[in-house]
Amino acid sequence: MAVLVVAEHDNASVKDATNKTVTAALALSSDVDVLVAGLSAGAAAAAAGGIVGVRKVLHAEGAAFEQNVAEAVEGLIVPLMANYEAVLFAATATGKNAAPRIAAALDVSPISEIQEVVNASTFVRPIYAGNALETIETSDAKKVITVRTTAFAAAGAGGSAAVETVTAGAPSATVVFKGAEIVKSDRPELAGAKRVVSGGRAMGSADEFHNVIEPLADKLGAAVGASRAAVDAGYAPNDYQVGQTGKVVAPELYVAVGISGAIQHLAGMKDSKVIVAINKDADAPIFAIADYGLVADYKSAVPELMSELAKAGL
Amino acid sequence: MKVLVPVKRVIDYNVKVRVKPDQTGVDLANVKMSMNPFCEIAVEEAVRLKEKGVATEIVAVSIGPQQAQETIRTALAMGADRGILIQTDDDLEPLAVAKLLKAVVGEEAPELVLMGKQAIDGDNNATGQMMAALLGWPQATFASKVEIADGKASVTREIDGGLQTLEVALPAIVTADLRLNEPRYASLPNIMKAKKKPIDVKSTADYGVDVAPRLKVLKVSEPPKRAGGIKVESAEQLVGKLKEAGVL
Ligand SMILES: Cc1cc2nc3c(=O)[nH]c(=O)nc-3n(C[C@H](O)[C@H](O)[C@H](O)COP(=O)(O)OP(=O)(O)OC[C@H]3O[C@@H](n4cnc5c(N)ncnc54)[C@H](O)[C@@H]3O)c2cc1C
Ligand SMILES: Nc1ncnc2c1ncn2[C@@H]1O[C@H](COP(=O)(O)O)[C@@H](O)[C@H]1O
Repeated sequence: MAVLVVAEHDNASVKDATNKTVTAALALSSDVDVLVAGLSAGAAAAAAGGIVGVRKVLHAEGAAFEQNVAEAVEGLIVPLMANYEAVLFAATATGKNAAPRIAAALDVSPISEIQEVVNASTFVRPIYAGNALETIETSDAKKVITVRTTAFAAAGAGGSAAVETVTAGAPSATVVFKGAEIVKSDRPELAGAKRVVSGGRAMGSADEFHNVIEPLADKLGAAVGASRAAVDAGYAPNDYQVGQTGKVVAPELYVAVGISGAIQHLAGMKDSKVIVAINKDADAPIFAIADYGLVADYKSAVPELMSELAKAGL
Repeated sequence: MKVLVPVKRVIDYNVKVRVKPDQTGVDLANVKMSMNPFCEIAVEEAVRLKEKGVATEIVAVSIGPQQAQETIRTALAMGADRGILIQTDDDLEPLAVAKLLKAVVGEEAPELVLMGKQAIDGDNNATGQMMAALLGWPQATFASKVEIADGKASVTREIDGGLQTLEVALPAIVTADLRLNEPRYASLPNIMKAKKKPIDVKSTADYGVDVAPRLKVLKVSEPPKRAGGIKVESAEQLVGKLKEAGVL
């Protein structure tokens, strides 16, 4: 039976997380449809049709979808599930907010953050901050799944699936949207970035974070991340937190500056291809997983690194 | 206003988790257990609501083994008024937990359920959302700020890209994120007082809900280990190595 992927998009285009979720879905079934729920999201729906392997796109319009209101998404998806064996979300804040709600409405045990599809009912997922991996088999007839997108390659472009309009059912409860504060940035998006530079508590202030971490990130064309300590202290916005309970990243290059390497932080970045750590404490746990460790005060090491990168033509 | 706070007993967040050699699970023998950190944040928020005169009674409920009483005692020492332990040695899935908690809501009729966004053992991040669906209530997950007035909760949520504020009519489910507050340490007098607060011990059978597992754990394995790296002496050497590795 067919599988539904719920798209992450900004109404104009689909996010890379959607392409990765499609790859996970194709491991379950060759009949993969993508749902684009948004406001004036026609362009995103058309873009979803271009993902290779997609059978068709379902496009739903509604103001509540712009804010990703879980109650509205539940009202939309639960009736659609008559036609699907599984629904997959990217394990983003949006996906994690909606998926369990839909699972409960369908009387299904949700499966969070799969990183491998063993077969259509067996999956591998991290537990205990990624210190263990569990292989679980579900006996539920329908499956509600969130996908750890760093573990799947993005399905490519070049498809030409048709777009079908669907109408949403009523929201399951009332929620009033009051506002949002979205961090604007020209840098790559953290979750899918090829390079990430993260700063920790060592920065000591928001200004220092801004003056040290951001220029290094810009020189590398990298996204900016942070430890929980740096976010808690207000040096960086919440959206930058990398870790067990923040974002999971797996870039080609991860540079940790003044981060000790607590297991909760490692949980969010230990699958990066190359890890660099700059820390003045030679015994910091981050060095146990870093490919290249530089024991130094970041105050001198980061400017030196900037000039060496400039010499290297960056 | 009555507030219900579900609290879970989990392996302490500082403990280095070990997978059992027979791959049936992780080793919990003689390991320090604590209240799930996100549940602590939820309890703290409830206690602050009571201190502000918004909440009148805080009921802490845990589903777990007999020792989960200690977790409830911790909540009572922080300021919760009474506890309910639904005692079971089974490791229940979020679906079963949500069904039991829904039944507790049926008996207790709270106007607000404040809980953690995630338990750091299973890392499911599911129970609150599931309870909300089963009850037909609105949900405000990943809260970093909660304001209650006129039968409504205004909740600022940590989302992808930043923050979002939603208003939900009570009764509702709110799940706590890290930055909602910093939980207090219980004082010795409050720990003593907590010993006298009542805990009702129940069994899953008392609630007549289906808690049969839907998921079968086939194995629990250790993640692949990263090969240790090297220390470099200078920024210059670092850039050389990164070029060699092909990541610049
Ligand atoms: C439930 C829970 C969830 C959590 N989730 C997350 C999560 O998702 N992500 C996360 O990151 N954390 C998370 N944490 C927090 C985690 O346990 C650590 O507290 C946090 O990661 C520490 O951040 P840090 O490394 O920046 O700070 P610290 O541990 O204080 O480390 C600072 C480091 O900077 C170094 N340093 C200081 N000055 C300099 C200098 N001048 N030059 C170079 N180095 C210097 C120090 O040697 C030290 O190693 C969570 C914790 C809990 C309980
Ligand atoms: N066994 C349990 N007993 C009480 N509360 C629980 C239990 N399991 C989960 N919860 C609540 O649900 C939240 C999210 O847990 P989870 O969905 O398992 O990540 C926790 O922070 C608790 O508030």
